[in-house]
Amino acid sequence: MMRYLIPLFAFMVLAAFLLVGLTLNPRQVPSPLIDKPAPKFQLNHLHQPEQIMSSDENLGKVWMLNVWASWCVACRDEHPLLVQLARTGIVPIYGLNYKDERNTALQWLKRYGDPYAISIVDPDGKVGIDYGVYGVPETYVIDKKGIIRHKQIGPVTVDSLEKTIIPLIKELQQQA
Amino acid sequence: MVRQFNGVMKAAALAFVLFLLIPLTGWSKEAVPVAENPEVEKRMLLLTENLRCLVCQNETIADSRADFSNDIRREIREQIKANKTDQEIIQFLVDRYGDFVLYDPPIKPTTFLLWFGPVILFVFGLGSLIVYLRRRRVQIEDVSLSQAQLEEAEALLNEDKKGKNV
Repeated sequence: MMRYLIPLFAFMVLAAFLLVGLTLNPRQVPSPLIDKPAPKFQLNHLHQPEQIMSSDENLGKVWMLNVWASWCVACRDEHPLLVQLARTGIVPIYGLNYKDERNTALQWLKRYGDPYAISIVDPDGKVGIDYGVYGVPETYVIDKKGIIRHKQIGPVTVDSLEKTIIPLIKELQQQA
Repeated sequence: MVRQFNGVMKAAALAFVLFLLIPLTGWSKEAVPVAENPEVEKRMLLLTENLRCLVCQNETIADSRADFSNDIRREIREQIKANKTDQEIIQFLVDRYGDFVLYDPPIKPTTFLLWFGPVILFVFGLGSLIVYLRRRRVQIEDVSLSQAQLEEAEALLNEDKKGKNV
């Protein structure tokens, strides 16, 4: 009896591993920046290029940094959700316009809506490298002390907002 | 008339064949090095050959044509020019993208399974094989027949021969 059960058992272990493997996404590389201070930046605004935003301005509040570009197709998918989230006023969203052209970016926002408290531009992707960006869109949740608490790789979804991001933001907002 | 026509055709065919040969004479120039500084480029290539492109995950940053890899190569060039050591540059990337960028990941608790898993599997497989072979040898040696059994077997074999002869 054991002779026949051992291969069956071995097969089941292998199948279990493969089954779990099916649900994993190899593109979701865990970021080493979680629970580390958000990299500092000084970047020009998209709408008023002469103005500069520093990441320190947001110390003391919980905020979201959404990396997007007009050439990014997946950004279009998540954009209506961001517009909705901005309307609820739960959390300010800051847009990092990544490796884009100013005019197309402005047109894009006009067409699909502008959920961003401030849009800043990273034309050569330098700040993107600091944040470990490799697949736009990416979204960071940053707490009052300027620590990155969550990184969403790829578009945000209703599911990720309701189950992860919004509960996390509410929790962080309660912290001193 | 026909002969003349044939001559024209031959000349035309020859001309056509010669025309086809033109590209073979090679009008291309020698490839111009892309970088202005070959030293920097050499070091950058050595570094990026051991780094993974996160967009096209089975390519090195040196090989990849993805925008991401372009940016990382540019970043590394700049850091080389700023006199950063190789270790500083690699640490810079690991800080931002994690150990996953390294094709040669460090040995630490999270990578133990990766490093030692194959060895464990090998030892387990070898052990199973040895146990199996030993058991089999014991089984083979165990078989011994008494004189009576041997005679019985021979009788059975002979009976079979007779049966076939009929």
